Amino acid sequence: MTPATVSKRRFDMPAILAWFIVAMVIVGLFSRIFEPDLGVMDVPRLSICLVILGIAAVRYELGFMRNRFGDLVLGLVTAISAWLLIGAATRYEGEAALGFWALTAATWAASWLFVERLAIWKTASPAAARLVNLAIPALFGIAILLLWEVIVTGAGVPKVLLPAPSEIWVRLATSVPTLWADFQQTFLKAVLAGYAMGCGSAFLIAILVDRVPFLRRGLLPIGNLVSALPIIGVAPIMVMWFGFDWPSKAAVVVIMTFFPMLVNTVSGLAASDAMQRDLMRTYASNYWQTLFKLRLPMAMPFIFNALKINSTLALIGAIVAEFFGTPIVGMGFRISTEVGRMNVDMVWAEIAIAALAGSLFYGIIALLERAVTFWHPSIRG
Amino acid sequence: MLTAAEIEDGLDDAMKEHVKRVIDIDKLSLTFQTNDGPVHALSDIDLKIDEGDFVSFIGPSGCGKTTLLRVIADLEQPTAGSITVNGVSPQEARLNRAYGYVFQAAALYPWRTIAKNVALPLEIMGLSRAEQQDRIARNMELVNLAGFEKKYPWQLSGGMQQRASIARALAVEPDLLLMDEPFGALDEIVRDHLNEQLLQLWAKTNKTVVFVTHSIPEAVFLSTKIVVLCPRPGRIYDVIESDLPRDRNLDIRESPEFLKIAHRVRDGLRAGHSYED
Repeated sequence: MTPATVSKRRFDMPAILAWFIVAMVIVGLFSRIFEPDLGVMDVPRLSICLVILGIAAVRYELGFMRNRFGDLVLGLVTAISAWLLIGAATRYEGEAALGFWALTAATWAASWLFVERLAIWKTASPAAARLVNLAIPALFGIAILLLWEVIVTGAGVPKVLLPAPSEIWVRLATSVPTLWADFQQTFLKAVLAGYAMGCGSAFLIAILVDRVPFLRRGLLPIGNLVSALPIIGVAPIMVMWFGFDWPSKAAVVVIMTFFPMLVNTVSGLAASDAMQRDLMRTYASNYWQTLFKLRLPMAMPFIFNALKINSTLALIGAIVAEFFGTPIVGMGFRISTEVGRMNVDMVWAEIAIAALAGSLFYGIIALLERAVTFWHPSIRG
Repeated sequence: MLTAAEIEDGLDDAMKEHVKRVIDIDKLSLTFQTNDGPVHALSDIDLKIDEGDFVSFIGPSGCGKTTLLRVIADLEQPTAGSITVNGVSPQEARLNRAYGYVFQAAALYPWRTIAKNVALPLEIMGLSRAEQQDRIARNMELVNLAGFEKKYPWQLSGGMQQRASIARALAVEPDLLLMDEPFGALDEIVRDHLNEQLLQLWAKTNKTVVFVTHSIPEAVFLSTKIVVLCPRPGRIYDVIESDLPRDRNLDIRESPEFLKIAHRVRDGLRAGHSYED
């Protein structure tokens, strides 16, 4: 398909982005860059930034080097100008003016243009295609972090409101022992133990509920009731029952994860259809054989759904529970005390760890799901 | 236990006297209680099926042909009358794994390979691994699926899936094969092909087959005995003993004898229906 037909079909996003970069470069050239009265020529770093962005955008509009090499140069230009912008913003912290923001917008547009170009790369080998597919979200994440950094330092946002990513990173790197102790206390002890006990016991009780009809009518509503209890109310009670240390947090996690697992497993066990059950009957299969060879495999997509939901619930439950009494370690404890001391960068460092651990936990379970339920239409594709 | 040579001789009329009665149904009725009142699915059924017979149940939807097959398989309980399978109750026959049942759909488990699907009943029966391997290989060969052992069901066509489900039923090595419209969902060319294969299989193994269908040519082509059922209440309208040779191929469908039987089946289906109009 030629560019002409593309532009007829819908507006040509890359061209618009390139024009936008040119427009922002012009704005940057003729307006104040930093307060009180600095032009772009007074800040050598930003002069370079302006020139390379302008050349890259004009090059694209002229149709010169619209190939992979040109795209890579564009990526390099974006990275360099982002680095120059951050450098300049740190030097003149909180004094950014219109010209600076214009160059920031131009750099953002350049990164967007780069990703647009990357998305239409045709790769021969599947490994390279996979790499490009991974690169796009990674670049997007990096771009957001850089933009955050530039805006916070350029505008001089107070640290209490929002620290820059670099400050959070410095805090993270310098408090590794504290963060590790917190992670160990909250995630490795409370979350994992609570998750295993909550999901495991719910699974066993689901099998019991399935086997004994009166339990289905008696236990399910009680499970429902327990899951509706507010965690804010339950957590202090659990602290009184199980003490200050991690077992009380694990208990909160058990309460939070129990019901999703119970309900999903019960409906998963009912997922096999009449013909499949009749088939097992014609083989004179006993209860346990039918359970292990038909009903549990059939329930696996449901069970993994619950495991995924619970992986995020468990972390939330453990962190919130630590607000109600804990020894002087733990992610929730750290967040609540550091907020009081206005050490917001530490709070953000804990949030980053929690986000990373939560995503990793979820990712591992999702991978496990792919391996176990490879046969399910939603996965085999 | 008959040897292969004796089985071939068994086609002779002389052997017929010694033939074993496999299914004996006497005044059997089945009434379902529904919210709209009782439904008489089966009423006053009398039927005898001997070893080596190929019996087809044919009739319009709702005539109870599948229900009758399910009663034989102990998947439904009759409300009156008596039935024996291999001389014992259907439940005992089921627990002895006396029959293999082929459903309308293949009902293969998608998480098992084809070979593992065929192995499913063998695992439940608790056979040794070597015996399982042996039976899998033999029955995959029998339904022309050798080489597809490691495929998953969703990687095969509908016809191949249904053949795999037949291999699974045969792996139990039952003397009785119950088939509920096994080829109903397949196109006519595949169906013809599978019908021919089924006949060869039956000739090779001398199994008793009970086959539910609503296709007249299929019923006449396959059967030694055709049972015509009619609905409301489900009952037997006609039992036709086919005089076609046991050794037949698809060309027989053009012969006058074939057309005569097909005509009688069609008349039976029409008459069974007529009281409604």
